[in-house]
Amino acid sequence: MRNEIEHEQLPQEVFERITIESDQAERIEKPSLSFWQDAWLRLRKNKAAIVSMVVLVLLVIMALIGPHLNGHAGDAQNLRHANLPPKVPGIEQMGIMDGVGNLAGKKVDLYEMKKVDEYYWFGTDGLGRDLFTRLWEGTQVSLFIAFVAAAIDMVVGVAYGGISGYFGGRTDDIMQRVVEILIGIPTLIVVILMIMIMKPGITAIIIAISITGWIGMSRIVRAQTLKYKSQEFVLASRTLGSKDSKIITKHLLPNMLGIIIINTMFTIPNAIFFEAFLSFIGIGLQPPAASLGTLINDGYKVMEHQPYVLLFPALVISILMIAFNLIGDGLRDALDPKMKD
Amino acid sequence: MADQLIEVKNLKQYFNAGKATEVRAIDDISFSIKRGETFGLVGESGCGKSTTGRTMIRLYDATAGQVLYDGVDVHAPKSKKETHDLNRKMQMIFQDPYASLNPRMKVMDIIAEGLDIHGLVKSKKERKERVIELLQTVGLNREHAERFPHEFSGGQRQRIGIARALAVDPEFIIADEPISALDVSIQAQVVNLLKDLQEEKGLTYLFIAHDLSMVKYISDRIGVMYFGKLVEMAPADELYRNPMHAYTKSLLSAIPLPDPIYERSRVRKPYNPNDHQYGPEDQVEFREIAPEHFVLCSEKEFAEMQAARV
Repeated sequence: MRNEIEHEQLPQEVFERITIESDQAERIEKPSLSFWQDAWLRLRKNKAAIVSMVVLVLLVIMALIGPHLNGHAGDAQNLRHANLPPKVPGIEQMGIMDGVGNLAGKKVDLYEMKKVDEYYWFGTDGLGRDLFTRLWEGTQVSLFIAFVAAAIDMVVGVAYGGISGYFGGRTDDIMQRVVEILIGIPTLIVVILMIMIMKPGITAIIIAISITGWIGMSRIVRAQTLKYKSQEFVLASRTLGSKDSKIITKHLLPNMLGIIIINTMFTIPNAIFFEAFLSFIGIGLQPPAASLGTLINDGYKVMEHQPYVLLFPALVISILMIAFNLIGDGLRDALDPKMKD
Repeated sequence: MADQLIEVKNLKQYFNAGKATEVRAIDDISFSIKRGETFGLVGESGCGKSTTGRTMIRLYDATAGQVLYDGVDVHAPKSKKETHDLNRKMQMIFQDPYASLNPRMKVMDIIAEGLDIHGLVKSKKERKERVIELLQTVGLNREHAERFPHEFSGGQRQRIGIARALAVDPEFIIADEPISALDVSIQAQVVNLLKDLQEEKGLTYLFIAHDLSMVKYISDRIGVMYFGKLVEMAPADELYRNPMHAYTKSLLSAIPLPDPIYERSRVRKPYNPNDHQYGPEDQVEFREIAPEHFVLCSEKEFAEMQAARV
């Protein structure tokens, strides 16, 4: 009742007629964001992923320039300088990394005893090789193997899964049976057989990792292709007269890219780990070549007396694994928010 | 019959043909659509309406039968150029506006896809102008061209889908439940847009829907489908005034009206296919019961219906 009275008392002049222009009615105020911009906004909020990215970039830079930093060559042997503990100028005053090691149960400055003037930042191994140089050389090799193996996995997996899913029917049947046979054979056996017939080395390891590694990717891509190829936007494209190649490159791949990237991000740490594992059990890289796996293998033999030989490569591999996994997680949340948990 | 744009003759579409899981999605249907008219296809979910549309535009290969477009068999093997021409003349509007636009493409590229495929524009500038023109045709504006589908509402997306179909200047558009995913206020918007476009460009529609009131509003003639078969076909008004087939009657009795008095007395007529009691000797076929009004019935039912009509 009160409202009504107030209503009547409102003077005509306070009302103003507004008109809505038709082209203003459909306006969208929000700035236009592409899928990737949107993903970047989400990724930026994920602190762990950003920190991991920075750490990873630092590690990659170190892997590239590290071997040249202190003037020692990774394969230069100097038996007089064997088994030296880490010694770093500056930090040595703080009581760590000061060249003091165990000798027959006593703490002795081994650099003084052996009359070594040079600094070995991460110490030396039993052959007197500089571990700092070898660590970054090893990281370089491990990363290289991982990236190449992941790239091969991606290319083969996407092609195989894509063809299998897109063309379907008998093609799909045959291709999937082949995959089932491959996946039925334990990976380790395939890898050991591969390495037995090939000369051990980087190529052999890459082939060994890739030979069954693409299966996971191919299955994911096949499932995605099956999902997208019957979507209405693909049908629409087909009614317009698109060729298969156009449909695959313009409609299917862009939609699958997120999942492909995520999957690759998880393949890389697996490849690093698998390479380390192969080298550790002795069928990977052969000396004097270094990889994180061979370094860990060396270190683990002298773990009790010279823990630093094991410590640094173990740290690097752990950080690498954690960083890749956190980035992968962050990317998954950013690229595919629906897939969360 | 030169004015028949589309003739569908004894079309059959079986999935998993010959296996235990065989599904007869379309089982021997025939109809024709005149140039410039709207043919509505109604029926319950899963009765084969969408399959009919998709088979007509060759998204599926027909098991048997013919679809003649302007006298040309759509499913017969053709040269690249003929296929190309046919793709331009027949277009489709899809049901789900959320699935029918590629989420990774800008509206500009979505609409221009047909232009690119058929080489209808010569330069980037012309392409852009044409897309903006199409956007304006469907009531959107130029700044929408640079946006992604997820920024639009369902009705806007459906209009983008219509613009994409219009880009190649088609003569015949299959609208596969274009409004069923939209809410009622937006449905009218889209249907009116389709009607206006028809007047303007002389388009022919196959309008697939399960919303009977909307179909009546837009269609000139209506076909009723039930389990892969066309059970009744008549001009829209005739069908609503004189439904003959028991299934059509049942379907019409299910339309709610915003009228409480009518609603209180509305009785839903259930339909049971066994009520026909067709014997093995009965010839169940499509019979013309009145001019242009066809019903799927046996000889005996035909006589009864004619008696009832007079």
